[in-house]
Amino acid sequence: MTGRIAELMRALGARIVNNWVWRLGVAIRFLWLTLRESGPSFRRFHLTIREIYFAGVLSLVVIMVSGLFVGMVLGLQGYDTLVRFGSSEVLGTLVALTLVRELGPVVAGLLFASRAGSAITAEIGLMKATEQLAAMEMMAVDPIARVVAPRFWAGVISMPVLAALFSAMGVFGGYLVGVRLIGVDEGSFWSQMQASVDFREDIVNGFIKSLVFGIAVTWIAVYEGYDAPPTAEGVSGATTRTVVTSSLAILALDVVLTALMFRGQ
Amino acid sequence: MATSNLVEVEDVTFSYDERQVLKNINLVVPKGRVVAIMGLSGCGKTTLLRLIGGALRPNHGEVRVAGRAINRLSDDELFALRRKMGMLFQFGALFTDMSSFDNVAFQMREHTNLPESLIRDLALMKLQAVGLRGAADLMPSELSGGMARRVALARSIALDPMLMMYDEPFTGLDPISLGVIGQLIRRLNDSLGATSIVVTHDVAEALELVDYVYYMSTGKVEFHGTPDQIRAAGLPSLRQFVYGEPDGPVPFHYPAPEYRQDLLAQ
Ligand SMILES: Nc1ncnc2c1ncn2[C@@H]1O[C@H](COP(=O)(O)OP(=O)(O)OP(=O)(O)O)[C@@H](O)[C@H]1O
Ligand SMILES: [Mg+2]
Repeated sequence: MTGRIAELMRALGARIVNNWVWRLGVAIRFLWLTLRESGPSFRRFHLTIREIYFAGVLSLVVIMVSGLFVGMVLGLQGYDTLVRFGSSEVLGTLVALTLVRELGPVVAGLLFASRAGSAITAEIGLMKATEQLAAMEMMAVDPIARVVAPRFWAGVISMPVLAALFSAMGVFGGYLVGVRLIGVDEGSFWSQMQASVDFREDIVNGFIKSLVFGIAVTWIAVYEGYDAPPTAEGVSGATTRTVVTSSLAILALDVVLTALMFRGQ
Repeated sequence: MATSNLVEVEDVTFSYDERQVLKNINLVVPKGRVVAIMGLSGCGKTTLLRLIGGALRPNHGEVRVAGRAINRLSDDELFALRRKMGMLFQFGALFTDMSSFDNVAFQMREHTNLPESLIRDLALMKLQAVGLRGAADLMPSELSGGMARRVALARSIALDPMLMMYDEPFTGLDPISLGVIGQLIRRLNDSLGATSIVVTHDVAEALELVDYVYYMSTGKVEFHGTPDQIRAAGLPSLRQFVYGEPDGPVPFHYPAPEYRQDLLAQ
């Protein structure tokens, strides 16, 4: 009996070490290489711009539409709750703070992971499976510098912008529902918002969150693509892992960042 | 060994994980020559090219290109050496996000500071050489298999390398392109003073084209000599290969348990 338990523990330990600790180490080394080889993605910025188009610009529609919907829901739910306490004039504050501090970075991050992260993984994985990366190396061009780094930086740059747009659209959605539809006073909606949203405390912290999520998602995406087994199943598995791992990473990081940033004044 | 050899493979052994693929291979490619590596599917030809290109490291033995041991170079030195090598991949490996033209221009843009107008002329010349200048603007997904291979060939010669490695340049080509590409390989080699290694199954074409042949089977060099020596040699396995006979000393099947047993086993 104890023999069996020990056996199970050993198997579990081996799994954890092989699947998580080992891969994390490799991924950190990969991130280091990417940062080291990032020169060309800034010196030849058109490489990065192209990827910003694919990762960022093509995600605009889904991010903005989602932002609008989320903002509208916040308007409805927020009004419903606030009106019970007779304080519906702080609806603007509620919508704005929820979006800027929390939902903007998190939901935009989750959407970004499934829209752009999965595409990055699939593209790099397929390039590897069809020997394009090997061919590039034979041409004395480092794929990390030419393929990985521009995609990494494009993601890191795009994500905060997308999160900001998400929040802006959300505020607009809250305004449409709260002010236009339900009839909350327009003046207090905006003035309350202006008075209580703090630049350093709320906007900058929200920006930091979205930046951290952008780094996490794109890092996971490029690593999974580069590490994918060079087959069809390998690439599809890697794409799934990108979405799952980066969603979990976003939510876990959000707990940590929120605990560090907002402890109540 | 004399320095007149561009590539020297000395006693190289290589295995992927457990399985040994190459056993004590010895091979030299003299400067300026076109050398063929022939052998059955799966005998390790592509692996050998990868070792010469420095993409793999031998478990034992040494690969020298231009007198320098590939497995002892630093990454930077290896990249510097690779700028002078061109490799045609067995499956083309064209960059699927770029047009034919951009594929051919890729290395010129990466490694030179030539103005775009000059790059355009050079890339079009390379495409013209493989007969595909008209396909310059097509994406790889719009090319047929044989066309893709020719674009890949144009890309691999983009910077006029001193060492060319062609992995199966003839598969999937119609007889006309096949003849043209064969001549092109010869002409490029002679006019640029380059050295070429051609991996191929196309015995007839190869014997016309090359100066020297290495014939491999199951990870070993079985025979080597000039095309005339190959034709004259009575080696049964070679005969079988040259004339494409199914039965002979070389088994057609990858090692496996006995067929009957395998089918009957539950
Ligand atoms: N990445 C790899 N991992 C494990 N084994 C491999 C790998 N690549 C090739 N092999 C094995 O090594 C052996 C030699 O493969 P290689 O690709 O060099 O053959 P080849 O001579 O080029 O064959 P072909 O003429 O069909 O292209 C094969 O038995 C193959 O199964
Ligand atoms: Mg091969």
